[in-house]
Amino acid sequence: MSNYYVRRTARVFATIFAVATLTFGLIRLLPGGPFTQLRAQLLRQGVPASEVDARISNLQNINPNAPLWRQYLDYMGAVAQGNFGESISLGEPVAQVIAEAVPWTVFVVLVSTILMFAVGIFLGSLQAYWEGSRFDKAFSGVSIGLMSVPFYVVAVISLYVFAYQWGWLPTAGTVGTNVEKELSVPFLLSALEHSLLPIFSYTLGGIGGQALAMRGNSIQVLGNDYVRVARLRGLADRRIATRYVARNAILPMYTGFLLLLGFRLSGTVILEQIFSYTGLGYYMFAALKANDYPLMMATFLVITVALIVGVYIADLTYSKIDPRISAGGSDEAY
Amino acid sequence: MKRTERAESSAAESSAVVTDGAGVDWRGSASSSVTVTREERLREFYEETILKPMLVAWSDSRTQLGLLIIGFYVSLALVAVFGLWREPSTSQAPRYLTLFENMQYPLGTTASGTDLAALIIHSTPDILLMVTSGGLWATGIAVLVGTVAGYKGGSVGRVLMSVSDFVMAIPGLPLVMILAITFNPKNPILLGIVININYWAGLGRSIHSQVLTIRENNYVEASRTMGVSTPRIILKDVIPNIMPYVTVNFVFAARYVVFASIGLFFLGVLPYSDQNWGVTLNFAYNGGALFSWSAAHWLLVPMAAIIGLSVGLILLGQGMDRVFNPRVRTRLTGESESTASADEKDTGMTEVL
Repeated sequence: MSNYYVRRTARVFATIFAVATLTFGLIRLLPGGPFTQLRAQLLRQGVPASEVDARISNLQNINPNAPLWRQYLDYMGAVAQGNFGESISLGEPVAQVIAEAVPWTVFVVLVSTILMFAVGIFLGSLQAYWEGSRFDKAFSGVSIGLMSVPFYVVAVISLYVFAYQWGWLPTAGTVGTNVEKELSVPFLLSALEHSLLPIFSYTLGGIGGQALAMRGNSIQVLGNDYVRVARLRGLADRRIATRYVARNAILPMYTGFLLLLGFRLSGTVILEQIFSYTGLGYYMFAALKANDYPLMMATFLVITVALIVGVYIADLTYSKIDPRISAGGSDEAY
Repeated sequence: MKRTERAESSAAESSAVVTDGAGVDWRGSASSSVTVTREERLREFYEETILKPMLVAWSDSRTQLGLLIIGFYVSLALVAVFGLWREPSTSQAPRYLTLFENMQYPLGTTASGTDLAALIIHSTPDILLMVTSGGLWATGIAVLVGTVAGYKGGSVGRVLMSVSDFVMAIPGLPLVMILAITFNPKNPILLGIVININYWAGLGRSIHSQVLTIRENNYVEASRTMGVSTPRIILKDVIPNIMPYVTVNFVFAARYVVFASIGLFFLGVLPYSDQNWGVTLNFAYNGGALFSWSAAHWLLVPMAAIIGLSVGLILLGQGMDRVFNPRVRTRLTGESESTASADEKDTGMTEVL
């Protein structure tokens, strides 16, 4: 058993290593390669041609004239130390840009995903409880409708209505421009105000799918013999609903929750762009537009690591939460 | 010994299912004529694979609606292909006409006087191509990887699943953005594949876990003892069982292509040669449609096109689920017949937008 955990943990590091290697390869795939742009930019800024290479290696921890394997080792070494070089477009260390961006993204993704699950589970269980009723049918239709609306459509429409037309909420940014960045009430209020629309649009579309999933799970659980037995034993309805039905219906959605957290991190590339919300996705896109390779690769890596860790936690904890599943599982070759 | 008996009995069962519909009693005629003509076999095949599923599908209102909507988009695509609607071009109409203001341009016009209806119609063929190719690619690779890994197991399975885990760990949209900038794919078929480049991984993983239980069935064991080759077992014994799940997920993969592609076109990341729904949305967004009510239709029309297509796909997916659900199926076709269980839930292993 412990062997499984060791192997699973080793695989996390192996995957991160592989993705870091992939990013190294991807930079070299991109048009013009990693240095052309930077070299042109430095020359334009009046840096003497003889010093350009030194400046580049200073900025990106890579000596452009070294052989490829050497560049690779330097790159991986720097990444392992959390040193992603300096952003070309922003002129700041990449690690610093990311450290400022991550909390916003994590906040929006976490809150919206939790909300999405909470509301979805609540509505889904109500639907299952009144299966076949008018409410159930109507809301199944609503769920399908919600599933069909991509979040960026919700984002644009809500931006249009609430921010531009009615002016209730800010149109861009993470906090107001005249608010001090410190832990105070005005700061928190301003942050909340700015995050309302992103969270709302990222939550709404997801509710439908979760409600439908929860409804299906609950109906399936309700048909099980142990629920009937619990009724026959005369247990209280509330106890049956929470301990017998809800628990077994929510279990299968748990893995989905952690995986979704990871997937939704990459969706922020579109979301944060619409709201000019300066999180990870925003910088990733800005870096892509500006050919800012160090920043782009770092955001890519950070999102990937979050996804890997999510899957890892899901795998490790699922057997703890659901005792019927045993970690690992035996394979036999045919 | 016991094994071969079981093999025989399951083979007999399956032949009973095959001949039942033709009304032949297989038991009494062991010595002489158990002949099923080719015609009968064809009819059998037609009834089993086309007629019955269609009947069941059509009995579900969601599938009806879904098929109608998809049919509508296909006809839009045909209108574009046969040139029954004018091509979009700038200054072909007065600027900023709103919805139904001028029935010549029912969906209104953009800031540059382009007919919005023409924009929508003429980008439909490419979008449908992209959606289909993306869905086929994702489900095809997922089935291949999932069945081979699940059936073979052992080191082959481990390697394939490790590869899937790795691919799954790469965030979809950012990867697609980088690939799109690098390879600049303008062909819609290629674009569909690029967008779903790593969608198959999660799906393959859940197919893998289903195949792990399917391979323990005794008819699979029977085929194995009879020495049937692995590809044939996978094709004949394993894949029919997961087909329901795969079909439903094809629809979801297609929906993901719609959402992701339009989103990326909207951001202006994907290359394009002609305006499509996403690019129109982008132009409207950047063209100031956000600031006034009078230009709102410019945003709303492409949005409606996107939402309509995904409603159609989702309804179809939900209805398909019905088709393959054995209980519903049996009731509707009036026969008691066991098909594979399709009560698999979507565990959320695939990317969602």
